[in-house]
Amino acid sequence: MRLRIGWLYARTMNIYGDRGNVLALFERCRRREIDTEVVEIGIGERLEPGRYDLFFWGGGQDREQIAAASDLQGAKGEVLRAEIERGVPLLAVCGGYQLLGRFYRPHDGPELPGLGIFDAWTVAGDRRMIGNVVVESAEFGEIVGFENHSGRTYLGPTAQPLGIVRIGYGNNGEDGTEGCRYRNAIGTYLHGPVLPKNPQLADFLIACALRLHGWEEPLAPLNDGRAWQAHTEAVARARAQRRSFVLRLPLRRS
Amino acid sequence: MGLRTSLATVAGRIVTWGARRFRIGGGTALPGFLALQLHPDLLRELARQLPHGTIVIAGTNGKTTTARAIAALLETSGLAVVHNRSGSNLPRGIASAFIEASSLTGRIRGDIGVVEVDEFALPAAVQALQPRMLVLLNLFRDQLDRYGELETVARTWRAALAALPSDALVVVNADDPVLTALTEPFSERRWTFGLDDPAVALPMLPHAADWRLCPRCGEALTYRQVFLGHLGIYACTGCAFSRPPLTVAGCSVASVVPLRIEVVAGTCRVTLESQLAGVYNAYNVLAAATAGLALGLDQVGIVRGLGSVEAAFGRQERVLVAGHELTLLLVKNPAGFNEAIRLLVLAQQRCPVLILINDLDADGRDVSWLWDVDVEKLLALDVPVSTGGIRSGEMALRLEYAGIEPAAQYQGVVEAFDRWVASLPPGCCGWVLATYTAMLELRRALAQRGTLPSFWAQ
Repeated sequence: MRLRIGWLYARTMNIYGDRGNVLALFERCRRREIDTEVVEIGIGERLEPGRYDLFFWGGGQDREQIAAASDLQGAKGEVLRAEIERGVPLLAVCGGYQLLGRFYRPHDGPELPGLGIFDAWTVAGDRRMIGNVVVESAEFGEIVGFENHSGRTYLGPTAQPLGIVRIGYGNNGEDGTEGCRYRNAIGTYLHGPVLPKNPQLADFLIACALRLHGWEEPLAPLNDGRAWQAHTEAVARARAQRRSFVLRLPLRRS
Repeated sequence: MGLRTSLATVAGRIVTWGARRFRIGGGTALPGFLALQLHPDLLRELARQLPHGTIVIAGTNGKTTTARAIAALLETSGLAVVHNRSGSNLPRGIASAFIEASSLTGRIRGDIGVVEVDEFALPAAVQALQPRMLVLLNLFRDQLDRYGELETVARTWRAALAALPSDALVVVNADDPVLTALTEPFSERRWTFGLDDPAVALPMLPHAADWRLCPRCGEALTYRQVFLGHLGIYACTGCAFSRPPLTVAGCSVASVVPLRIEVVAGTCRVTLESQLAGVYNAYNVLAAATAGLALGLDQVGIVRGLGSVEAAFGRQERVLVAGHELTLLLVKNPAGFNEAIRLLVLAQQRCPVLILINDLDADGRDVSWLWDVDVEKLLALDVPVSTGGIRSGEMALRLEYAGIEPAAQYQGVVEAFDRWVASLPPGCCGWVLATYTAMLELRRALAQRGTLPSFWAQ
């Protein structure tokens, strides 16, 4: 058996350390002696139904995001939707996450249609939401990462958030939610390498992929000492930066 | 000029003196900041007194080194240069340097200005300084949380180019497709430089390459050769956009460590030698040589001037600590980190490596970029690699995922450095790669111990 990871728009949407996610998935499979292959799926390239066991989709600049949105209109988008319904796990970050919602409304220019897999929509905001994020998820425990986005994503009535923001902004900086969950798909604003520092998320995706092949047993545990150390370090940084932000508040007003 | 200029200069000078006297930093930013509060037009007033005008240098990587090289060329030809040598490159830092070179009555003492400028400060600096020459080095992805997307920086630079005086020269790295496209409207007063040697080309476009699409039409760019990041000999698959002819070409890089380059400019052919090393410094040396030629300096002076350029703060700086010869390398972004690793591999010295990663504001709070660095290339070196700094853990994890088991994972910057040095075998050399604030902290400690001069005194 061989797991095939489909990396959507690997060349155009990999803005900041997104490669770390694919590296984490690949390495964690390799250490468990699970044969893995990473296939890049670019603009204009066909998405073959049933071929992939796991999808990753990173963030991109505006121009690349517009190109991806139009690429997914029609058959390719339908295939992706059907694959997610089939239970294929997916991690979509930032720009990719936004396009899995119903639409993205920019400041100017036409609305970008999304796939509507998540009951969510995104509106361009005036202020960029930048900083370390700590999220509490009932399913995955504490998740830590970094966010950098001006789009504000709002969840519809049927949407389930990935978690609740403890530090940072999350989906929109207003309602305390972060990310979105649907079947085995995860959308999040935690950009860059979220999987290396949150190995429980990586293993969830891998376990879902293996289940597609009828493999129901729990994954063999790995020595994750270093990953959790980096996780703890990142949470400490998020706390320290929140403190310094609060201390600077009176100065900012002047 | 006038009372206001004088007042602002005096205030700045007092603050510079105070900052150094009481050891609150090097006085490289605060004096200028205060002086600009007192007199927002101070820079313009001081710059326009310079009889030979000002040269402005901008780029993501290599600003400080190139500015030093250009200053060295001008000093070799007998000019008194006003230069923000410390690398403090926001308007306040530039103002601090100008104030330090001025009399208390607000008269600047110098012939020509050499000023490196932060990417985002470029339009304001061009407005104020009205430079005679603008040198553009490269545009890489850097500190996304501060600078935003590359297109944002490119837009900022378009505004800076529009603010140039009509007779100003533009010296540009033509191997960077973005800069080529930005400076196209200036082609009749543009001096281009670039590399032309397949021997230093990379086998493929690295992962961290930032531009893969044509800046003119958006189709894919193809590269005949890639030298560094997205710098190389490119052509568009959709339109006629391609690397323009070079005014000054680095034709044969005979040696990378240290540098020796055959340079061809029209009918003249010279060999440039430098104590600096690495392909990225080949670009810096070429930029300085091109600026020198465009200013009409003579070739002999350029060759001699460039030979004397020493490494800037933390850029291939060599220090002797407890009998160990250590080389300090500043790493700020994926392109720079990749080049540092390439230098380590090319230098073929099997020295242990210490990587110090901080995530303070000046480093960029987001350390995601470490995952875009081809850390895997360190495997070829087969030496112990240790980590330190605030994000020691993140770097150690990055190494682990690259298949490199970290030799040690230390806490802090100076503490990490001391413990790492103590672990080195007697007489062993070493490489220290550090982000900006980690380098600053380390150098401060070394200066206090008398190992290094203070950075403002260099």
